[in-house]
Amino acid sequence: MTQEQKTRILVVDDEAQIRKFLRISLSAHGYEVIEAVRGEDAIRKCAMERPDLVVLDLGLPDMDGQAVIAAIREWSAVPILVLSVRAGEMDKVEALENGANDYVTKPFGIAELIARTRVLLRARPVGPGAAEATVYEEGGLRVDYPGRRVWVDGEEVKLTRKEFDLLRLLTRDAGKVLTHEHLLGEVWGKAYVKETQYLRVHLGRLRQKLRDNPNAPRFLWTEPGVGYRLLIE
Amino acid sequence: MADEDGGRPEPEALLKEVRKDGRGRLKIFLGAAPGVGKTYAMLQAAHERRKEGLDVLVAVVETHGRQETEALVRGLPVLPRKRIGYRGRVFTEMDLDALLQRKPKLVLIDELAHTNVGGSRHVKRWRDVEEVLGAGIDVYATLNIQHLESLNDIVERIAKVRVRETLPDAVLEVADEIELVDLPPDALVQRLVEGKVYVPEQARRAARHFFSRGNLTALRELAMRTAAERVDRDMLDHMRAHAVPGPWPARDRLMVCLDDGSTGPGLVRAAKRMAERARIPWIAVHVETRSDDRLDEASRGRLEDTLLLAQRLGAEVETLRGSGMVARDLVAHARARNVTGILVGRTRRPAWRRWFGSSVPHGVLRLGRDFEVTVTGVDDASPKGPVVRAPEGNSHRWLPGLSWATAAVALAGVAAWLVERILPLPNLSLVFLTAVLFVAMRLGLWPALYAVGLSLLVYNFFFTVPFMTFTVYHRADILTLMFFVLVAVITGNLAGRVREQLVSIRQTARRTANLYAFSRKVVAVASLDDVLWASVHHVASTLSARSLVLLPGGKGGVDLDIAAGYPPEDHLSDTDRAAADWAWKNERPAGWGTDTLPGAGYLFMPLRTGRGMLGLLGVAFERPSRSLSMEQRSLLAAVADQSAVAIERSQLSQDIEEARLLSETENLRSALLSSLSHDLRTPLVSIIGSATTLSDVGERISPEDRRSLVDTVLEEANRLNRFVQNLLDMTRLGYGALRPRRDWTDPVDVVGRAVHRLGDLLAPFQVRVDMAPDAPLLFVDPVLIEQVLVNILDNAAKHSPADGLIRVEAGPRDGWFRILVEDDGPGIPPDERELVFDMFYRVKARDSRIAGTGLGLSICRGLVEAHGGSILAEDGRGQRGAAIVLRLPLDPPPCLDASETESEDGTGKIPMTDGSP
Repeated sequence: MTQEQKTRILVVDDEAQIRKFLRISLSAHGYEVIEAVRGEDAIRKCAMERPDLVVLDLGLPDMDGQAVIAAIREWSAVPILVLSVRAGEMDKVEALENGANDYVTKPFGIAELIARTRVLLRARPVGPGAAEATVYEEGGLRVDYPGRRVWVDGEEVKLTRKEFDLLRLLTRDAGKVLTHEHLLGEVWGKAYVKETQYLRVHLGRLRQKLRDNPNAPRFLWTEPGVGYRLLIE
Repeated sequence: MADEDGGRPEPEALLKEVRKDGRGRLKIFLGAAPGVGKTYAMLQAAHERRKEGLDVLVAVVETHGRQETEALVRGLPVLPRKRIGYRGRVFTEMDLDALLQRKPKLVLIDELAHTNVGGSRHVKRWRDVEEVLGAGIDVYATLNIQHLESLNDIVERIAKVRVRETLPDAVLEVADEIELVDLPPDALVQRLVEGKVYVPEQARRAARHFFSRGNLTALRELAMRTAAERVDRDMLDHMRAHAVPGPWPARDRLMVCLDDGSTGPGLVRAAKRMAERARIPWIAVHVETRSDDRLDEASRGRLEDTLLLAQRLGAEVETLRGSGMVARDLVAHARARNVTGILVGRTRRPAWRRWFGSSVPHGVLRLGRDFEVTVTGVDDASPKGPVVRAPEGNSHRWLPGLSWATAAVALAGVAAWLVERILPLPNLSLVFLTAVLFVAMRLGLWPALYAVGLSLLVYNFFFTVPFMTFTVYHRADILTLMFFVLVAVITGNLAGRVREQLVSIRQTARRTANLYAFSRKVVAVASLDDVLWASVHHVASTLSARSLVLLPGGKGGVDLDIAAGYPPEDHLSDTDRAAADWAWKNERPAGWGTDTLPGAGYLFMPLRTGRGMLGLLGVAFERPSRSLSMEQRSLLAAVADQSAVAIERSQLSQDIEEARLLSETENLRSALLSSLSHDLRTPLVSIIGSATTLSDVGERISPEDRRSLVDTVLEEANRLNRFVQNLLDMTRLGYGALRPRRDWTDPVDVVGRAVHRLGDLLAPFQVRVDMAPDAPLLFVDPVLIEQVLVNILDNAAKHSPADGLIRVEAGPRDGWFRILVEDDGPGIPPDERELVFDMFYRVKARDSRIAGTGLGLSICRGLVEAHGGSILAEDGRGQRGAAIVLRLPLDPPPCLDASETESEDGTGKIPMTDGSP
């Protein structure tokens, strides 16, 4: 990735060793790395250095990572990738609700982190006025949004209204995790955000129609206790 | 009993009908006299049931050798009798347990009023029947009318025979069906003559009289009336249950007033009959007066018997503390209880006693104008001998009172004499009046009256003209004497009554205070043991008896164990255990003084609260009297209630404590998990991250970066290793499996190796080691002490600023070998200096602060204490940083040859000293 202006990533973690290998690996992939140890530091650097992406550890010495996300989201739409050592799904969901864009659970391989970073940094429409793509096409999946039609490996698949709506949401944010609540709220309405069984049933059917093997998924990836993401690459 | 007006089905009446389904049904074959053919009728009915296919069993049938009856029995299965040895003879009784186990549909039990031989479970057969019914077995039973409790004295009056075996009317009332087996008197007499009626040899003569035509007619009428009343009531019940409108009696209630026992059982039975006829509930009330305390044992027993009889006959028994005016108390109570009728026995009082106030019946008649007052003349043919206090038994108790009264009067005499000498008073009687008043206040009414008499004599003899005679000349003196007597009697009476009230108030106050003290005691103590102990102690001391609390023990809670005893007791006799088990299962009192297993030494009261049975309270008296007094009974009940509540409370608080402990353990567990997840994963994150970076972009990065990543991998792997080591040590410490393998160790060596092992970790700091020259050898486990030092240094490094100073100082001091590790960090606040040695302490602070487990220092403490040393946190020097001070015991230096020294566990092996990987 060679650009005139290097993409800048702010890495926030209190563990020096983690910062070190992140710096080395991200630099090797051509990103410019800014480091912060504490939450306050992170917020300040975010404002001053205007990074293109924030990689944020949830456990910080001075403040809660969730508070850092909320603070940044008050004035910035910069993509935030959360690193969390905690296995608790609640933390992840909370972070996503607070405005984080995705998460990586520690410990992680560097390739995974780079892949997530790329998804988040991919050119995306900015603001509501921006024109949206009318077609999604990647990895054998083709979605025609205005026509509400879907093809898998060139073969058309008939989807119900809800299934199409779900797929549309997932493809729009391909590669990113979408929480149960988000999906339910968008497709069924705000009153249904707790009814995860609807989601399981419809996603199961969608998976069948896309001929996706749940044991080795090609399109739909389950994030247990958090939500779903559409796989890319 | 349902007794309300109503056009709708009354719940109680309906309930009664429904209840008939769950319990076994009782049918009583009622006869007027022996020989009318009750048993025969019962057997015939049983045969019919058997033909219908019912499982019928004969439990007890007395055939008295009559062939027709025996033939009928032969056709039915018979339960073998149980043989019971009692006082050297063998009796046979109904085998209750075998019966309950066999569980037939219908069982025949002859002679409902039979008294079981001693050693049986229940005293009375009807109790057995109750249990059988409770087990859902139907019962056919026979009964002769003369055994009915409420008719007992009438029968006695008619037949002049005292019937000892009586049956509470309540049993007849719960019977679902009554069949009257009737035989005209002539036919019965004929049967008797033909020898068809069984009469024991020794009772022949009595029987002749008993079976007279007049008697039989009267008994027959009684039986028929009883049966008719039952039919009437059944009809009423039916009408109520099905809401047939009709004229129902209003809510009436009868109150019978029992005095100190002179009217006794006859009055109670009369009341029962009245209440029965009117079908209204009734209460029996006794007003305790001062004179009750002077009753002798026998009279007191009779009073208690009367009250118990009333209770058995279905009365609600109440004992009131009197204010001195019995009639007023009674009427006030009648008002309070909304009673409509009052029944009083006519008292047989000598005419002279009316001088001291009207009799109770008069008082009640006068005060209770708005009540229907019945005064009944009680025919006491029954009590043998007078029931009123027995004078000879009391005389010695009167003696001190009389002598004090005599002394008082004598003193008054002397005073009067002196007064007359010094200052002639017109009326010296006032001096004697003072003495009378004094006696009345201090000693009560009777000594006061005695004092009046004595004063009169003394006054008359010494102070009226002519002196030294009992003659009186002056009219004025006669008048004086008369008024003196009048005033003295009135004031004495008054003062006596005041005193009576005072005494009774004091008694009540004492009783209340006693209970209050107990309740305070049990409320104050928290643990179950304390509550139990307080309960048994209280019961034992107030009733002067031995007492126990039994609680269900074990997991299943089936067996009762002695939870507390005063005096301590750990064994129950078989009878006591049987009584306890019965009381526990049936939730009713059993054992001594009750109808169930009275042979037991203990009386067991159920300890019950709203949540159910908790246990039993057992009481045994050293000198068992015949039964408990009403007062003792109510006291026991009150204590049992309070103990039950207190036991329940402490059990609940135990539950809460357990729940709290559980949640604390849960917290600790989650703290441990969160700590593990953080501390195991943080090094792993670095290792995996660095390693994948190396494999991913290894060829694209500078050699320095590669080198640095490799270093990270190694460093973090070491950190992980230390952590795992700590965890293992902790586990072994927790199980007590970590035993130091002591050996003579050079502290210089240990400190050096620890610092070296942490090499890279300590690199950013200045480390200064001050060892005392020629430090003595220590008899410790070098590996463990090294681990301690590594943990402490690791901790210091975590809290020191970069380039801070970490100082290690070691040397003998105050008889110990001291190692001090000091850092430049923020220090430890004084109130947390002990806490840092708690497991996971830092977890509570914040789990992401600085990598660490919160295990390190607590492991240090465990290890050091295993060596007999101590570890403390202190202030660093110059108000900065923290110092961890380690003190190890200084053992006398080893003997010259190292070959002689051994490690403590005797292996003599030198442990591995190199702890670094």
